[in-house]
This record gives sequence, C-alpha cells and structure tokens, in this order.
Amino acid sequence: MKNKAVSAPYAVWSIIFIVVPLFMVAYFAFTDASGAFTFANIAKVGQYSNVFLRSIILGLIATIISLALGYPLAYIISKVKANHQTVLIMLLMVPMWMNFLLRTYAWMSLLEDQGIINNALAAIGLPRFHMINTAGAVVLGMVYNYLPYMILPIYTVLTKMDNSVIEAAEDLGANKSQIFAKVIFPMSMPGIISGITMVFVPAVSTFIISKMLGGGGNLLIGDLIDMQFLGSSYNPNLGSAISLVLMILVFICMGIMNQFDDGDDIQGGGMLI
Amino acid sequence: MKEPIITLNNIAVSFDGEQVLKDFNLSIKDGEFVTLLGPSGCGKTTVLRTIAGFIDPDHGDVLFEGKKINDVPPHKRAVNTIFQRYALFPHLNVYDNIAFGMRLKKKSEAEIKTRVHELLEMVNLPGYAHRGISQLSGGQQQRVAIARALANEPKVLLLDEPLSALDLKLRKDMQTELKKIQQAVGITFIFVTHDQEEALSMSDTIVVMDGGDIQQIGTPIDIYNEPKNAFVADFIGESNILEGTMIEDYLVEVAGIRFKSLDSGFGKMAPVDIVIRPEDIDMVPANSSGAHITGEVTSVTFKGVHYEIIVDVDGFKWMIQSTDSAEVGQKIGLALTPDDIHVMPKSKYSGQFGDYSTFSDEMEEDILAAENAQEGNDEE
Repeated sequence: MKNKAVSAPYAVWSIIFIVVPLFMVAYFAFTDASGAFTFANIAKVGQYSNVFLRSIILGLIATIISLALGYPLAYIISKVKANHQTVLIMLLMVPMWMNFLLRTYAWMSLLEDQGIINNALAAIGLPRFHMINTAGAVVLGMVYNYLPYMILPIYTVLTKMDNSVIEAAEDLGANKSQIFAKVIFPMSMPGIISGITMVFVPAVSTFIISKMLGGGGNLLIGDLIDMQFLGSSYNPNLGSAISLVLMILVFICMGIMNQFDDGDDIQGGGMLI
Repeated sequence: MKEPIITLNNIAVSFDGEQVLKDFNLSIKDGEFVTLLGPSGCGKTTVLRTIAGFIDPDHGDVLFEGKKINDVPPHKRAVNTIFQRYALFPHLNVYDNIAFGMRLKKKSEAEIKTRVHELLEMVNLPGYAHRGISQLSGGQQQRVAIARALANEPKVLLLDEPLSALDLKLRKDMQTELKKIQQAVGITFIFVTHDQEEALSMSDTIVVMDGGDIQQIGTPIDIYNEPKNAFVADFIGESNILEGTMIEDYLVEVAGIRFKSLDSGFGKMAPVDIVIRPEDIDMVPANSSGAHITGEVTSVTFKGVHYEIIVDVDGFKWMIQSTDSAEVGQKIGLALTPDDIHVMPKSKYSGQFGDYSTFSDEMEEDILAAENAQEGNDEE
C-alpha cells in the first residue's frame, strides 16, 4: 500500500506526459485535418517505405558496427585494473557531456569536401574524396554518437560476471576461446541486447545526424516526421501516422531481439536503461 | 601403502608481496578423503587453488602421480573443483551444466545422456535435467555442482568450502552424502573447511593449518586425542590448556599437582603445554579425597546431551562437560586421571590459548563468520 502512495507522483507524471500524448498521437494518426476518422494517413505512410527501409538499414549497419567495436572495447575495459577501468569509462563518457549538436557539427567540418580531413589529404598529395552527404557519413555519425550506449551495458554485465564461473569452465576443460564462446559471450547476452536496443532505437529515429551529415539524399524517418511538424510539408496527422508505424516497427524489432535473451537468470544487463 | 597422487614440494605463494605459503610440503594418498582445516586466511584455499592450477606458485613443484604439472593449465589437469558458491552456468540448464565438460571432451551425445542421468541419480536429483539453475535451491545447486565436477571422471576432486552456504541441517545431510559419494566413486577428495566438526566427521586424514603452515596431519581421532600443540588443541573441539612441567619421563606437574603421565622424551623439568578435554574431567564433591583441584562454579549452560560448566580455580576458568548439573556459586572438586592429561611441547602458540574467561566458542564462530562475510565482500 505504501509503495503505491510513493509511486503516485510518477503515475501522474507518466499519465500526463506519456500515456496521454501516446493517445493523442494515435488520435491524430487516425483523423484528418477536420477531425474525422480516416485510414488515409496510415495508407499514405506506404509511400515512404523507401525512407523506412533506408532508416532501418542504416540503423542496423550502425548497430552492427557499434557492437563489433563496442564488445571488444567493453571486454578490454572490464579486464584492466579497477582504477584504470574508472578512467577508461570516464574517457568514454566525457565526449557525451559535450552538446550532441556541436559534436555533429564538428563531424561536418571534418568530413566536408573542403573540410579538415580532405585538406589534410590534399596537403600530403593524396586525392580528396567525397564524404559528407553520403550514407556512410550518416552511419559514422550514428556510431560516433551512440557507441557509448553499446559499451556501457556490455561492460556492466562483464564486470558483474562471477569469476568463479569462468574458473569453473576452465576447470571443466575449456580453453580460452571455448570459455569465451561457451560462457562469457552467452552470459553477456543481456548486456548485448540492451546495447543493441539503446543504439538501434535512437539511430533509426534520428533526424539531426542525417540532416547534418546526410544532406538531402539520405532522408530518414526522423527527418520525415520533422518535416510534417516543423518543416515545409506541414501535416501533423501524417506525422503522427508515421510515428505510430515507426513505434510498431521498433516494438517488433525489440520483440525479435528479446527472443535471443532467454533468461531472467542473469541480472544486470538492463540496469542502464 | 598407496602412492601419493598429489605431492606439493616447497611451495611458496604470495599475493601482492604478502607471503601466504612458504615452503609448504604435503603429499596426498590416492583414494583418501583429505580435509584442509584451518581458520580463514590460513592458506588452505590457496593450497587447493594451486593444485587446481589457478595459482602458479612462486617456487616449488606440484606433482601429480609423480609427474611435475606446474606448467599444465587448469583445463588440462585431471582434477575438478567444486566452488564455494557452486559457480554453475546460469545460462544453461541442469543437463547442459553437467554435460559441459563431457561436450568439451567430444563425447557422443548418447554417452553424455547416459552419464548425466547416472550422475543425477547419484546426487539424488533424477528428473531435474531440464530445470533452470535459478529454479533450484542451494542444496540442489550444490548437488548439480557435484555431478558436474564428477562428470569428467577426475582422479582428484577439490572441494572449496562447498557446504558453507547451506543451513545446518542440510549441511549435515550433505556431509554424509559427500562421504558416501566419495566411497562410491573411490577417488581422492581434497576438502577445504574451517568447520572442525565437519572435518572430524568426514575425513580420513585432516591437515590442520594456520598461518600458511601445517600444524598437524593425522586421522580425526589422532588430531582430537593427540593434538601436537596449543593451536590444534584449541581449534579442534573444546579444551582447557594449561602450563605444566614435565618433571621427568612419565611424571608431569600441572596446577600444582603431580600426575603420572603416559608421555616421555621431553627431558627433565621441561616446560610444556597441557590439554585436558572438558568431557574427561569428573566432578566430585569439594574437599573429597578424589578432588585434585577445587573451584567455584561460575556458569552452567544446558547443551542437550550435557551441561557445560565453567569452574573458576584461582582465576583460571576450566570448562567441564558433564551429564550432572551444578549450581552457580557452588564449590566443586575436579578429578583427573593420567589418561586425561595430554602433554604437548611448547610452541609459538603457547600462552595464546588457555581458559574460558574470554570468548565462548560460539562467539568465536560468530567473529569468524563475520570475518568470512567481510572477505566475501572484499572479493566482489
């Protein structure tokens, strides 16, 4: 009973700012400008399937790269001495304290045709190459911005792992690579799942990164929604419909992901969410 | 006499400059149930981990069946370990936990299946094959850990305080069961514990350790009846430890009285430590002819089978265990026979242990448990 009273402010908060807005999004998605019920907005979303596909593919690529970079990094950090771990985690976090927009601007000036990287290449006699306003630049922006969200949950799971379990595997005849494949990796699954979630969801719905690094040719769902509310093609009903479809897609993706995580047995992975 | 299966020669181990073992020597005979017994921090777990291969000694040799195995990594040693907190794989079910080692050894799935069910039968968990680890109680997890460790048919099983996490009744049952399993599989068990009662009831041989050194090796009966020094006498069971003098062979003076003794070889007028077990002392009326010593009862505690009576004799508090009770404040006489008096040479422990004026054993156990808990926290 007491717990209920304590959670009341949060319940009120989440009703006003989460539940009600969600219903409003759904309401707008199924109505037209005059407020009449319609499926037209949802039907229109189909026109943008190429944008959805691009968002999901770029988001997936960014997630896979983040995992490929983040897992070894998290593993290495978890293996160094405890006080060095703190320093390394700090180094990982410090860039995140810098404003997100500013960091993305910084990449613009690095990647531009007349930018720092190209000027440096030219200075040493190498040909310039086009980097800004490509899909690659968008993926780079996503990986750069969201990599810490991959590393942290994996790192948490790895440091919480009971060392005697690893010794038990060794004791039972597993060599270093077998220990990793059969014990450490499967046991870090909850961390991997939350890492993937925390990178994929913001990556798939970002609009700043694609706007600044992707130019006009790499429109993502986020940009599309942005345009419906603040941009040229003002249409909040369509914007809501797109948001709703995106939300459902993300739900489905997460549902699939959670199939790989078969245990409440291992705690700790979801901690950072 | 069987050949030693494991021999440790002049082993030295230190952690962060702190010497844990120094010139440690031990040989363990094949097929024995050996217990390494000692207070926390005495180096017993270090010995076990050295045998398992998790600790590389600074110097000294680890021999397995006469062959040096210092450079053999843990996964290639014919020993398996049962860890203190079981260390089961949480992402695998009972079957896959037990099958883990056999799969690494590339056994056929048919063979693994037979063996897993055989092992589950042995540890009294038939029908649990497909349970998840988190669904099991502590005692059940313990049994799975035993089955998993035995699956690879090790020649030596190492057990690192495996029963310490279980409650008293379950612990007693598991003691009996472990002993049974050891006799059934016929391999060497090396068991680490700080619980003297556990050691006495399970072992063929007990190795009493303190401060990284072996204090005494012997059968439970030897260790209890013939402790080599004051530490062993105090650690194993209850004991009144007194200063005494060996007047000459077969004659000892203790508490101002001369007794015939069964011991010899100390020389004339040699200072010695005397241990007298509380259950060996007879209560007689004060000032009766049989009373060697007279004192005043200061406390009486009912222990079920017997009363535990503390008697103050000129400031030295004796413990007596007797089926007869006494009144606090009553004057009683203590009667001793030469058989009751065990003479030990002086050691570095002389004077550290004595009477019952300070802590009870229960208190000491609590302090020990608190220290252990502290240690556990430090590890995490």
